[in-house]
Amino acid sequence: MEVLEHLALGFETALSFQNIIYAFLGCLIGTLVGVLPGLGPVPTIAMLLPITYALPPVAGLIMLAGIYYGAQYGGSTTAILVNLPGETSAVVTCLDGYQMARNGRAGQALAIAAIGSFFAGCVGTLLIAAFAPPLAEVAFQFGPAEYFSLMCLGLVGAVVLASGSLVKAICMILLGLLIGMVGTDVNSGVARFSFGIPELTDGIDFAAVAMGVFGFSEIINNVEQKEEREVFLDKIGHLYPTWPDLKEAAPAIIRGTAIGSALGILPGGGAVMSSFASYTVEKKLAKDPSSFGKGNIRGVAGPESANNAGSQTSFIPLLTLGIPGNAIMALMVGAMTIHNIQPGPQVMTSNPDLFWGLIVSMWIGNLMLVILNLPLIGIWVKLLKVPYPILFPAILLICSIGVYTLNYNVFDIWMTAAFGLIGYTWSKLKCEGAPLLLGLVLGPMMEENFRRALLLSRGDFTTFVTRPLSATLLVIAVILVLIVASPAIRKKREETFVED
Amino acid sequence: MRIQSKQNFWSGVMFVFLGLFFAGFAVDYQMGTAAKMGPGYFPFWLGVILAILGAIIGISGLSPKAEPTEIPKFNLKTTGVILGNVVLFGILLRPLGVYVSSFLLVLLSSMASHEFKWKTAIINGICLVIAVHFIFIVGLGLIFPLWPSFLGLN
Repeated sequence: MEVLEHLALGFETALSFQNIIYAFLGCLIGTLVGVLPGLGPVPTIAMLLPITYALPPVAGLIMLAGIYYGAQYGGSTTAILVNLPGETSAVVTCLDGYQMARNGRAGQALAIAAIGSFFAGCVGTLLIAAFAPPLAEVAFQFGPAEYFSLMCLGLVGAVVLASGSLVKAICMILLGLLIGMVGTDVNSGVARFSFGIPELTDGIDFAAVAMGVFGFSEIINNVEQKEEREVFLDKIGHLYPTWPDLKEAAPAIIRGTAIGSALGILPGGGAVMSSFASYTVEKKLAKDPSSFGKGNIRGVAGPESANNAGSQTSFIPLLTLGIPGNAIMALMVGAMTIHNIQPGPQVMTSNPDLFWGLIVSMWIGNLMLVILNLPLIGIWVKLLKVPYPILFPAILLICSIGVYTLNYNVFDIWMTAAFGLIGYTWSKLKCEGAPLLLGLVLGPMMEENFRRALLLSRGDFTTFVTRPLSATLLVIAVILVLIVASPAIRKKREETFVED
Repeated sequence: MRIQSKQNFWSGVMFVFLGLFFAGFAVDYQMGTAAKMGPGYFPFWLGVILAILGAIIGISGLSPKAEPTEIPKFNLKTTGVILGNVVLFGILLRPLGVYVSSFLLVLLSSMASHEFKWKTAIINGICLVIAVHFIFIVGLGLIFPLWPSFLGLN
């Protein structure tokens, strides 16, 4: 049993004292930012990215991964208690979770969310361990044409994730790709779009873009709103779900896990899409769909399991193909490159301790999160009472210091502020930042593979469709676009959420 | 002519402008051929596609069938206070050192909030400076200019 050997290596790595501490830290920070509305895992990971430079690569990645799935747990707490999604993927949890809290069943809602997430996390981890090695084998057969097509598929997937206009999201991707072109071209040594500014010849750091677009602009948006938060803290009730509750929720948990695992693997998928899909499915399958939105336990169990499963399996494309499927994975690429690890199928053979250690740490992290979230729920509830005027200057400060330490250059701080302004403008125009970030990270990789593929085919563009693997990937991408663009699906997607 | 969807129209205008901007500058770099691409090739075509798609979005925003949207008002004061202080932090970090500039960032940016109170902001600032000291300088061992340079303590 090779898998067992691998897992043993993983446990050995993940259970070292240092790595346990960093997994715990990651889960703690993740829960924290998940609980706090207006601070998500994207700016947090971007913010902490420079810090991981000082850590060994395994510890750094374990911590960052912990932040990601920790945020999924924390997000549900805020959704249930305050009716605010602490995290985008918890949007649908608000619908039924908050209603359960109003019916005096907050404790059960929190418990079922945690149990569902834990189950999904365990399954997700096992899936990564089982599927990553064979997928990596396939990846070794990939040439530049296949990589290019795969990245196209990934970017198309990111469009599906965007909730607004399809064309706008594509434009944001293209813009991201173009911003990724800024800096020195590896092949010719020409400094592109740098306009004589020496800092720009190294390219625009994507942590600066992420913090500006996701961190700063979010802060401005939150500060300018005057609305009061209605916090539902008085009565959480007992935390142990009754047996009928569990029986009621179990099928939803299993279905949510399956949906999340499948969608997480898809490029562009991940936590957000999974939770939406799961909610739709639960509502479709329910005997009495009208009970959804009024505190149906399945409406909490399904999406919460799905978002956690999705956040785990979205590591699969990253770890096997080196392709980030969403904005968080794009940041993980950054974390790996900081440590001179080229993400891709070779990681498994060149850094097996990192690969398996990371996977096992996810399972350990999930266990920690159940403890962090259920018995310690009181602490997080208190945190929800921290007023935003105290919170946001702290976020600003940590972001500013974090971005400075990227290169120890104040230019990066100004760059982040500029992207804060740009991101604020985009939020007014309803242009989403997530596709842009993905394009930004994939830009240089995509150009490189595009050039190489055409060099090998002597300028023949049909190379992308005559190679079977590449053609398959492109066909899937086209089908995805057609599905999303088709009026019937579009309408359905809107309907499901509008009426709630 | 009435602009039906202001959000889409102005996003379109922005994409067209940015597309042409990148494409226009890409022309300056060597284009090369498909088989042997120069540094200008990929960005040029990306820019062109962006401009075309932007035009589609912009024009569709003019169509009477488009869903009418308005652009929410920009809050210039909040934006200015928050981002201005970040820029200021960048300017002051080297001459004044991390402690003083962090404190100023926290204190001054707090003013962006409707519920600004001097006392809270000052206490918050002091606490955060202490946190910065222990997390970034002691804990992570990152190197900053610590004190104002005119004191000669660094």
